[in-house]
Amino acid sequence: MKKSTRNYLLFSAFLIFSFISWLVQYDFGLAIWDNFLVFARDMVLILPPAFILIGLFDVWAKNETIEKHFGKTNNPMRFIYSILLASTTVGGTFVAFPVANALYHKGAKYSSIFTYVTAASLFMIPMTIMEASILGLKFTSIRLLASIPFIVIGAIVLEKYFEKTAYTLPRVDQK
Amino acid sequence: MIGLYIVTGVALVISFAFDRKKTWAGLKKGWMKFYKTLPSYLFLLMLISFILLLSEDFIIENLGQENIFLGLLFSLGIGSVTMMPGFIAYPLSRILLARGVPYMIIAAFVTSLMLVGVVTYPLEKSYMGKKATILRNIMSFLVAAGISLIAGLFYGELV
Repeated sequence: MKKSTRNYLLFSAFLIFSFISWLVQYDFGLAIWDNFLVFARDMVLILPPAFILIGLFDVWAKNETIEKHFGKTNNPMRFIYSILLASTTVGGTFVAFPVANALYHKGAKYSSIFTYVTAASLFMIPMTIMEASILGLKFTSIRLLASIPFIVIGAIVLEKYFEKTAYTLPRVDQK
Repeated sequence: MIGLYIVTGVALVISFAFDRKKTWAGLKKGWMKFYKTLPSYLFLLMLISFILLLSEDFIIENLGQENIFLGLLFSLGIGSVTMMPGFIAYPLSRILLARGVPYMIIAAFVTSLMLVGVVTYPLEKSYMGKKATILRNIMSFLVAAGISLIAGLFYGELV
């Protein structure tokens, strides 16, 4: 069975389970459904515009531009660009993975996309503000400042490895 | 969130004004990508909803270990396998802090929660490939450990 078919079947089973939970007022099932709604609402709101932007990026962004800022020219600024791009990515890794994939196929280096993906989960601006307001500015500043060198070093190490093994990321826009 | 819609709207209008055909091609590409990964997204949401329900009490009960390094490993582990939105994770961390759990452990939990995604594996794999997904997560786990140790130093919890 195809993986997507399996996932759709599982999801249908989940919907039926939730519906039955609602019919018989089964608390455990209802609680799962509540959690699901919380996440699903975000996804429904964020994913459509995000994928429209990714599609537009695909047709408009020139390979040379991406290569110049994120790619083969080895511009050290690429780490800063990647982190800046990441901090403005709405939706965290759910959106960052497809964006990273698109950047890669436009000629971005591994170190750029790994910095981007990692930073996208750590540096989202609204999340950071929320964290600082609940856990304190000191805590958030230490955590974020400490993470930058680790992220960049980690991304460079992974790049060294992947360049040696001639690894390529999958293409997702073909049928 | 509203910003995202404004940016998307403006980008679409400009794109259409410049080149209709290219814009349609872009929309089609975006749709293809979305369509191909939709089942992974759905599966993921389902899984997270379930894990979230089980994890909250478990975390409160188990994160305050006596041995700080054991606690560190434990919170890195929990952070890696669970996933929860910020508005649940941060208040939860605050409860833990109030119970005397060190900042280092909280840093480990929050950082690995965001960086390491065991449940997002199927989604990440479809965009990054198997090998990159596994290695990136291992790298992120180490990064989370490093960040927590530094936080521990700053709060004087290590020495």
